[in-house]
Amino acid sequence: MIVIENVEKRFGETTVLKRINLTIEPGEVVTILGSSGSGKSTLIRCINGLEALSGGRITVDGNDVSTKAGLATARRRSATVFQLFNLYPHMTALENITLAPINVLKKPRAEAEARARELLKLVGLADLATAYPQRLSGGQRQRVGICRALAMDPRYLLLDEVTSALDPEMTGEVLDILAELARGGTTMLFVTHEVEFARRISSRIVFLEQGELIVDMPTERFFAEDGGFAVPRIRQFLTKMKKD
Amino acid sequence: MSKVDTSKARPQPSVVEEVDRLVVVPRRNYGIWIGTAFTLVLSYFILRAFAVNPAFGWETAAGYLFHPSIMSGLMTTLVLTVVIMFLAIIIGTIVAVMRVSPSPVLRSFAGAYVWFFRGVPALIQLIFWFNLALLVREFSLTLPFVGEIFSIRTNDFMTPFFSAVVALSLCEAGYMAEIIRAGIKSVPTGQSEAASALGMPYRNILKRIVLPQAMRFVVPPTGNEAINLLKLTSLVTFIAVDDLFYSAQSIYARTFETIPLLIVVAVWYLAVVSIMSVGQHFLERHFGRSETRSQSLTTRFLRNAFGTRAKGAAT
Ligand SMILES: Nc1ncnc2c1ncn2[C@@H]1O[C@H](COP(=O)(O)OP(=O)(O)OP(=O)(O)O)[C@@H](O)[C@H]1O
Ligand SMILES: [Mg+2]
Repeated sequence: MIVIENVEKRFGETTVLKRINLTIEPGEVVTILGSSGSGKSTLIRCINGLEALSGGRITVDGNDVSTKAGLATARRRSATVFQLFNLYPHMTALENITLAPINVLKKPRAEAEARARELLKLVGLADLATAYPQRLSGGQRQRVGICRALAMDPRYLLLDEVTSALDPEMTGEVLDILAELARGGTTMLFVTHEVEFARRISSRIVFLEQGELIVDMPTERFFAEDGGFAVPRIRQFLTKMKKD
Repeated sequence: MSKVDTSKARPQPSVVEEVDRLVVVPRRNYGIWIGTAFTLVLSYFILRAFAVNPAFGWETAAGYLFHPSIMSGLMTTLVLTVVIMFLAIIIGTIVAVMRVSPSPVLRSFAGAYVWFFRGVPALIQLIFWFNLALLVREFSLTLPFVGEIFSIRTNDFMTPFFSAVVALSLCEAGYMAEIIRAGIKSVPTGQSEAASALGMPYRNILKRIVLPQAMRFVVPPTGNEAINLLKLTSLVTFIAVDDLFYSAQSIYARTFETIPLLIVVAVWYLAVVSIMSVGQHFLERHFGRSETRSQSLTTRFLRNAFGTRAKGAAT
């Protein structure tokens, strides 16, 4: 369970996150929606410890991410997929995937490689195991990025706009995999602008507005006329998203 | 409408003349012609001076080119360059890593290191280390209750060669640290973030992610540093290390064939620098070539350098 309590984040004078409260139970797929600059990425980066909190507390299965030991455990339980993939360019797809399992989980190389090949097959990249990232298309890179995260056998998958650097066709490739994972019961915290997709796969939707979490609703309620749609700001956001 | 068109198509006669006068192509070439002629004349005089002035003593120089003590001097110069460069890369890497570390203490220490060793002239550092005995008479290790473990007089180990290695390594490391730091800075932060979000410890991120990628930016300037260092080692003559220059000096101190021996020294430096430049060219071309190949070489190099195992999927 990921528990976010009263989390605040400031960069100098500007407050980017204001008293955020959010709980993600195992098996849930929670989507974070919100306009650009509302603090979605920052929230994800607070959970995986890339940003230090200015206030409040985040625990992953009870491990406080603001302590050194807690963060180490929390990072083993969760894995992040990034918008710009952040693959290691000097390593093959396979090496990208096996690095952390060998290094952090101390898996034997053979075992890590077998698992990596399994994952690559799962995302349809079985023949590209020895390819370097430069040779892969954007969609293929992001699929490797997802494998790299899954190779850590995470309980929680954090995804920050993983398709927004991709063209529609590649977006499809990646979303299909995520839908598959969601069906398989992977717990996900998902930042996206793909509203329709979020509607299909998430169990809950939260809405961030200028650093405040203004709505937290089951997906159906969120899209209901008397639910999320009744909130003017969300109606406006959803209508605008539909148009784009 | 039509008026404007004609006026554009056929400009006034005066304009035509003006344009004609503007396009005086040959005039631009006069400078080049004069320059070329001047250079040729100058080259002629220089070459003639070299050829006819007996003081150059070309035959004498040729005779000394492979003289045994010149050869051993050359060897010393090469050994010094290689050893110093090797140590400078290691120390420089450590200092660079300290300079980008999260700890302000380490950062300031590394900053001070670079400031000092790049700021003080190499010759002064060299003479300083050579005279370390004036400052510290002996080094000894004394443990409580155990007593003295060892003690060594400074003059016994601060031989000229050793002082040269210490002084120039520390000095060169200051430059290498800056080069390596720039390399580290040029690796996008997303790289280390991706690894640290997966729980990789800082040390491993540096070793496996950041430094290998920094290599691409580090190699070309390091080649230049090595070439500069080769020439810089001639300073060790001042503390009587028998390098190439010192060997030549000790010959002409006896025979007074100063110019021929300086020619010998220059010829050898030029030869080694030329070979190094060719090597550097290939190294740079290799690193600048298709990403994948250069990077697999980087990885291999680093694995060798850091002794990590290379097995399995590496192509
Ligand atoms: N390192 C930083 N220093 C200063 N301000 C920052 C930093 N990182 C983010 N911000 C600010 O925090 C706010 C929230 O940024 P964040 O990236 O979390 O938004 P977002 O919701 O992910 O937006 P987008 O949809 O465009 O990705 C922005 O106003 C941004 O300028
Ligand atoms: Mg963002």
